[in-house]
Amino acid sequence: MLLKYIGRRLLYSIPGLIGITIIIFLALRILPGDPLAILYGEGGRENLTAADIAEIKRQLGIDRPLYIQYADWMKDVFTGKMGESFWRGDSVSELIIRRGPLTAEIAVVAVLVSWIIGLPVGILGAIKQNSVADYVSRFLTIIFLAVPSFWVAILVVVVSLLAFNYRPPLGIIQIWEDPFTNLQIVIAPGIVLGLATSAYIARMARTTLLEVIRDDYVRTARAKGLPERLVVLRHALRNALLPVLTLSGVLFGLLLGGSVAVETAFTVPGLGTALVQAFTERDFVVVQNLVLLYGIIFVLVNLSIDVMYAVLDPRIRYD
Amino acid sequence: MAGQADLQVSLATPEASPLQRTQDAGMAIWIFFRRYPVGAVGGVMLLLITVVAVFAGVFSPHDPLYVDFLSLGAAPSATYLLGTDYEGRDILSRIIYGGRVSLQVSVLSVLLGSTIGALWGIASAFLGGRFDIISQRVVEIVMSFPALVLAMVLLVALGGGIWTVIIAIAVTRLPYGVRVIRSVALSVKELAYVDAARAMGASNFRIMAKHIAPQCFAAYVVLATAHLGAAIVIEASLGFLGVGITPPTPSWGNMLGGVIANTYKPIWWLVVFPGLAISITVLSFNLLGDALRDALDPKLRGR
Repeated sequence: MLLKYIGRRLLYSIPGLIGITIIIFLALRILPGDPLAILYGEGGRENLTAADIAEIKRQLGIDRPLYIQYADWMKDVFTGKMGESFWRGDSVSELIIRRGPLTAEIAVVAVLVSWIIGLPVGILGAIKQNSVADYVSRFLTIIFLAVPSFWVAILVVVVSLLAFNYRPPLGIIQIWEDPFTNLQIVIAPGIVLGLATSAYIARMARTTLLEVIRDDYVRTARAKGLPERLVVLRHALRNALLPVLTLSGVLFGLLLGGSVAVETAFTVPGLGTALVQAFTERDFVVVQNLVLLYGIIFVLVNLSIDVMYAVLDPRIRYD
Repeated sequence: MAGQADLQVSLATPEASPLQRTQDAGMAIWIFFRRYPVGAVGGVMLLLITVVAVFAGVFSPHDPLYVDFLSLGAAPSATYLLGTDYEGRDILSRIIYGGRVSLQVSVLSVLLGSTIGALWGIASAFLGGRFDIISQRVVEIVMSFPALVLAMVLLVALGGGIWTVIIAIAVTRLPYGVRVIRSVALSVKELAYVDAARAMGASNFRIMAKHIAPQCFAAYVVLATAHLGAAIVIEASLGFLGVGITPPTPSWGNMLGGVIANTYKPIWWLVVFPGLAISITVLSFNLLGDALRDALDPKLRGR
């Protein structure tokens, strides 16, 4: 039953994924802007001979009709190669395999931190509404919602450099090669991103718990003499968590985007910095495939959250 | 849906808050101040920030582009209140002029994105059918890109310049406009007076423009205010990554961009002050936005 539901949800997401490829393709190919002028600058373009231009266009594959370019890209994606970097010639899938794990670790740390901090703060605010703790946590939430995570990241880098003369190790060091060095690379960006996300989680948890706590079934649980702790943890929280879970999926997009800037601030050689580098080098093939990867990850994360939702909430039917 | 029924009630009955009932603008502001002092503080701070940004020439002590070779990276002092950057330019003046750029970009992009989104949402709700389904699908797809990444893609395609940054950020705000305003328009569309207008032979366009759009205005204001903070942060992130407003024109984001290239010898005042400017502005937008939401659109509370 569940498997069938997952299968159907996967099927439903296919048009969305195709839509994502079309938007990326249209944005990079149709929108005004001469790729050659962007690659070589306005002045550089004028120095190219007609033969050079034709050759570069052939290399880039932009001399062919659009639908063939699109079909080629799809072929590249499905064979798993995802095209090659224009400047370095290594394939995008190699890039993803090399740099992806760091970004994935950062995302995992960030999601964990956002729940570990956001949830207790939200619960505390709801069960002790209008107490000093509630006001303090709401104040901090408002502050954290306003402070951009990449700025916090720069502050952390600068403070650790000025005060402790410490800077995180550089380079791509995977967790299976040297776990200690690897953690030094990913832990700070993960915590910074997690803190930024935890503010949203805390606010949502507080609001939904405040609504649920006034529901009849919670009153019944109290009336039958359950200790308040159990009422909240076992009865109220279960329902209050569902919207928080959904929000966590939406926030994953914010986290992916934020990780681009935060990775840059910490100079972590993850996917985010690869994306920024590809943008500054106008490496269209890399940009197009990395952005597609971000889109696919976002869709899959939200799909798995929908599935979790269906498992956790018996009111949702699989059909 | 219970929520929609409630929304109809709150739109149609005089039980709406005194703020919604009053016709006098001065009175409305006064009530807002009394009821939402925190939001009012946000509004006043924004007013101050806007005045300083608009009259940047009056408030900034130096020329933001002037390079003082004798004080490269100088610490805060009497001459340079917030210090100078690596190129010897006054940070305070750059923050003031940068504020003008950052505010301009965020306000225009949100106005553009939310307005087109709202109109699209109204049309989507009112026309329904296949147009509605396709619209929702498109919105969903656009929303599955991280906003920052989407803006970067558009910038690489459109090339640099302040207007391309505005358009790129506007596109990331568009889906929210469509979604929120569509849901409001869906409930407004069912009200009796819309049927009455149709019975009188009003055209679709007239019904949308004269009868549905005005009812969506409160939600539109709440929505737009809520997204101004996000727009500031996206602009700042783009500038920081070096794909937004290009130097030497200062923006809060690109002021932070140079810091990373020079972290072997970081200067704290170059990091702290532009970031504070961003944070305080976003905080003010959020405070005002939350209060406006509570005042005008109680149904959206907590979202």
